[in-house]
Amino acid sequence: MVQGTGMAEAGTSRPPLRRRTQGRVAFGVCAGLAAHLGLHPGVVRLAFVALSMSGIGFAAYIVLIFLLPRAEEEPSRPDIVQLVAYGALGAALGLVYMLSGTDPDPLLWPLIFGALGGAILWQQAAPDRRERWLATTTFRVRQTWVRSIVGVVLVLVGITGFLAARNQLSEARQGLVSTLAVVIGITVIATPWIIGLMRDRDRERRERIRTQERAEFAAHIHDSVLHTLTLIQRSSDDPREVQRLARVQERALRTWLYRPQDDSGASVSAAAERVAAEVEEHHGVPIDLVTVGDCAVDERVAAALQAAREAMVNAAKYSGADTVSVYVEADPEELTIFVRDRGRGFDRSAVPEDRMGVKESIIGRMERHGGTATVRSAPGEGTEVQVRIKREKTDE
Amino acid sequence: MSDSVRVVIVDDHRLFRSGVRAELGESVEVVGEAGDVDEAVTVITARRPEVVLLDVHLPGGGGIEVLRRVLPRQSEVRFLALSVSDAAEDVIGVVRGGARGYVTKTISGDELTTAISRVRDGDAVFSPRLAGFVLDAFAATDAPSIDPELDQLTQREREVLRLIARGYAYKEIAKELFISVKTVETHVSSVLRKLQLSNRHELSRWAAARRLV
Repeated sequence: MVQGTGMAEAGTSRPPLRRRTQGRVAFGVCAGLAAHLGLHPGVVRLAFVALSMSGIGFAAYIVLIFLLPRAEEEPSRPDIVQLVAYGALGAALGLVYMLSGTDPDPLLWPLIFGALGGAILWQQAAPDRRERWLATTTFRVRQTWVRSIVGVVLVLVGITGFLAARNQLSEARQGLVSTLAVVIGITVIATPWIIGLMRDRDRERRERIRTQERAEFAAHIHDSVLHTLTLIQRSSDDPREVQRLARVQERALRTWLYRPQDDSGASVSAAAERVAAEVEEHHGVPIDLVTVGDCAVDERVAAALQAAREAMVNAAKYSGADTVSVYVEADPEELTIFVRDRGRGFDRSAVPEDRMGVKESIIGRMERHGGTATVRSAPGEGTEVQVRIKREKTDE
Repeated sequence: MSDSVRVVIVDDHRLFRSGVRAELGESVEVVGEAGDVDEAVTVITARRPEVVLLDVHLPGGGGIEVLRRVLPRQSEVRFLALSVSDAAEDVIGVVRGGARGYVTKTISGDELTTAISRVRDGDAVFSPRLAGFVLDAFAATDAPSIDPELDQLTQREREVLRLIARGYAYKEIAKELFISVKTVETHVSSVLRKLQLSNRHELSRWAAARRLV
């Protein structure tokens, strides 16, 4: 039966076989089956009640609860009244069956209890249940208690069934039934132990991952920080070199600690940081970078960054200032970059011809890309280069 | 600045404390040091400093815990936060906790001395980075604000912050905008007040989302 409906799932026009949570009576198995087979749900429900007389219907229902995925819809509450009605119908049928049937199948009740035991086990296997159950220890203990009691009851039922059926059943059947009950009981009792083992394994794995991380961390610190510290000790009589080493290491460490790994430079803030780090490393002058807002790096943004880089290099090389301030602001309209130093500054009219940097690679570059660059400087007052470019319109 | 400012240094690195002590100018008198939260509370209570240099990261709950325990009892103490981290959530957190300013530990001794007297006088001290953070946090103007008075920066405040972020000192900002240094200080203090009092939800969300260096 399960197989048959499973095959029918291949049909395209019918709704897929799911447990319906809308208009369900108990778990939505019958509603789902009916929808899939194109039958009235009542028909399917009655069929299940009838089949339950031999236990099969009930067992199949339980199994289907767990086999069928839940339909994705607004769940409604189970219809208790209808459930009671179907239950009463089943009970009545059973009664009739017992009274009229000359030879009621003694397997019936052990089977039902077996199915119940299975239901409890399967319910525990349902992921959401198990998670909640693993989450709180107190709840786990209570659950263990319940399970132990259920297990013991099932074992007792198995033995009772065995004794009751003794006169009417062949040896083999009796053995089978009681063995089944005992096995179910043992399973119920053993489950917490098995899950405990699984948890231990998980914990062990977590522990291992943590140890690995620590080792990686130690390796990184060793390769970078300790190495730099050694270099600093060696060059302790060269303050500029010490400062350079410290800054380079600081940047590297910050990037490693705080920068998300996927942020590899597609944004202007990351790119600006990289540019600043490069200039700092080459010229040994600390660059203080502040960014506000962010945007993607396209051709124009890259040109602006290139011009800003040129300004940083100039400031580091010629100004004599001990730090350079860089401010990057990306608003929806445009990108603005300021590069400022408090160095010696210069008189723009007196710039020798060989200082092509400002003219070509800053102002010229920006004009070619439709932006602007202005240089403000006076002897003794430092220099500030402002680079400005409109951002490309995104087609949104 | 006629008499020297009484300062307590709170930082868990002794090396850093002695470094700062050595760098501070004549106008600052270090009256105590502390290495963790409990010690800081005790020392500040006993020494009654005018300004506390407060490390953001401290054993025992961080700088913010010191603010929480000292400010209700000694509201006259001014705090200047110092940090290496520059992570937005730390910076914004400690400023909203009541610090009058924030500077990075790479600040030079002279600049730190100036910052201390400024904080002593009740003004705010913003590092370029903090100015950048604030501009960023108050940037989204389309979001509905509950209290526009607190939730938005004025054009002038924005200009001042932008200049701070560009590396300008207060004096240079005053010259640039043709206003007095006192006016610059007023603008920065007003931004600090907004930063501390605004309930603008972007502020905390933004700071949490941006773990930037």
